[in-house]
Amino acid sequence: MDNQKLIVTAAPHITSADSTQKIMQRVCLALVPTLIASVIIFGINALVLVAVTVISCVFFEWAYCKLMHREVPIGDFSAVVTGMLLAFNMPATLPWWMAIVGAFIAIVVVKQLFGGLGYNFANPAIVGRIAMAMGFAGAMSNYPHPVSEIDAFSTATPLAVAGEVGSDSYLTLLLGVHGGVLGETCAITLLIGGIFLIATKVISPTIPVTYLATVAVLSLVAGQDPIYQLLSGGLLLGAFFMATDYVTSPTTTKGKLIFGLGLGIITCAIRFLGTMAEGVSFSILLMNLTVPYIEVLTRQDRLGIAKVKKNKEGAGK
Amino acid sequence: MSSNNKLKVFTNGILNENPVLVLVLGTCPTLATSTMASNGIGMGLAATFVLVCSNIVISALRKVIPNQVRIPCYITVIAGFVSVVQMLVEAFVPALDEALGVYLPLIVVNCIILGRAEMFASKNGIVDSALDGLGMGIGFMLTLTIMGTIREILGSGTWMSGLDGLFPFLPEGFAIQVLPESIDPFTIMTSAPGGFFIFGVMMAAATWLTTRPKKEKASAPAETAEGGNA
Repeated sequence: MDNQKLIVTAAPHITSADSTQKIMQRVCLALVPTLIASVIIFGINALVLVAVTVISCVFFEWAYCKLMHREVPIGDFSAVVTGMLLAFNMPATLPWWMAIVGAFIAIVVVKQLFGGLGYNFANPAIVGRIAMAMGFAGAMSNYPHPVSEIDAFSTATPLAVAGEVGSDSYLTLLLGVHGGVLGETCAITLLIGGIFLIATKVISPTIPVTYLATVAVLSLVAGQDPIYQLLSGGLLLGAFFMATDYVTSPTTTKGKLIFGLGLGIITCAIRFLGTMAEGVSFSILLMNLTVPYIEVLTRQDRLGIAKVKKNKEGAGK
Repeated sequence: MSSNNKLKVFTNGILNENPVLVLVLGTCPTLATSTMASNGIGMGLAATFVLVCSNIVISALRKVIPNQVRIPCYITVIAGFVSVVQMLVEAFVPALDEALGVYLPLIVVNCIILGRAEMFASKNGIVDSALDGLGMGIGFMLTLTIMGTIREILGSGTWMSGLDGLFPFLPEGFAIQVLPESIDPFTIMTSAPGGFFIFGVMMAAATWLTTRPKKEKASAPAETAEGGNA
């Protein structure tokens, strides 16, 4: 859908009027409820942070393409989506200049240096988030408590205190009135956005459903509360908006199943066995890097071609 | 050989055939010791000393060493000089010894030194070999220092901290605070991912510098540079 000239699945193909621009606009629209929720929960600072990140993402994309004498792809909204997703991964207390550094890493280092949209090896927002979490460890984990309660009171995300006495109820998790980064707290709006994307056929439900189901099953096996695990942390944001990026996820259904399964296993491994509370971003990055191999292993047979030739074709790439 | 040629042998190592950025040799000590500018200077000085001495000795012995066993002979000569450097550093600049750690004795297996022995010293005269070693060593030291400067300023906010260990006349705890302390440093720069990123950016800059001016004249190093980048 991103590039009409290169269709990688086997025939028959159906063409549609969808363009990169339309798809990206729908993703933006799906993110708006979460944006509104984050402003209500964390105050006007959240809106300013999102605006700063989106504007710097678009600016870096424009400036890099001008500098390199490339066609400027601002109209396709992809930088806006990257900016929004990146901002949703920041706590509301983050200084603005750090957000600009994150936007630079996401757009210039991860996306444009590798050739722009369609050539990035991993989701720009994810790598931007990980680089910031490693680089500004203190500022990135300074989760503010919602404005409705005490001002400037930082707390752990629910995941870090899961299982402790007095941890948040399901309702608190659904409404998102707890500490965390901007876009991960309000589960209801994330679900609305995700269902909107599935209903408008922007994303296929395969990856998010496989991902969430794997996490739920593994939580049960590990003796954790599966609903709590699903609703807390960045899982919903990652599953619906970041793991489903066209460029960095497999194209075939079989590939998507493997991708979602891998995401779930890595996330649970980091959550239950690792020292970090959250593993969604690392699992998405790791699985992004395996996508080229998944694609080769799950390549479709062309219609009318005998099975015998399959090996030859596989070696041909 | 004319003096012009000698100058070229010397300057080759600094940019056109920079051992790290163009020949892509010795990347492991580069990434490991360029977290601070002062470490880069220390590592560069130690490697330059070994490089010049081993180039001179190997060049002098080039007609005596049998071709079949030349690599063990080179390594023996290099290891001898590395032992000298290590003992000197341990005795006189223990702070540097502590900062460089295992990378100081590992100069023995630094590809730059063996590479120059094989590529240059075994085929050229003593004076040329010494100049080549000096040029390559300075190129290595400059690269490490610039890389260390970028990584140290972005990652710790200071510059040249630890230089007092290298030059005892400086006051203890010497460091130039570049970024104000109120700004959180981007600590990923002092770890491996930041090192690889700065390494790539500097390689691109070196390729740009060597290929841009005088297109026809610089075509040979340009090819090497592109090969290294890919």
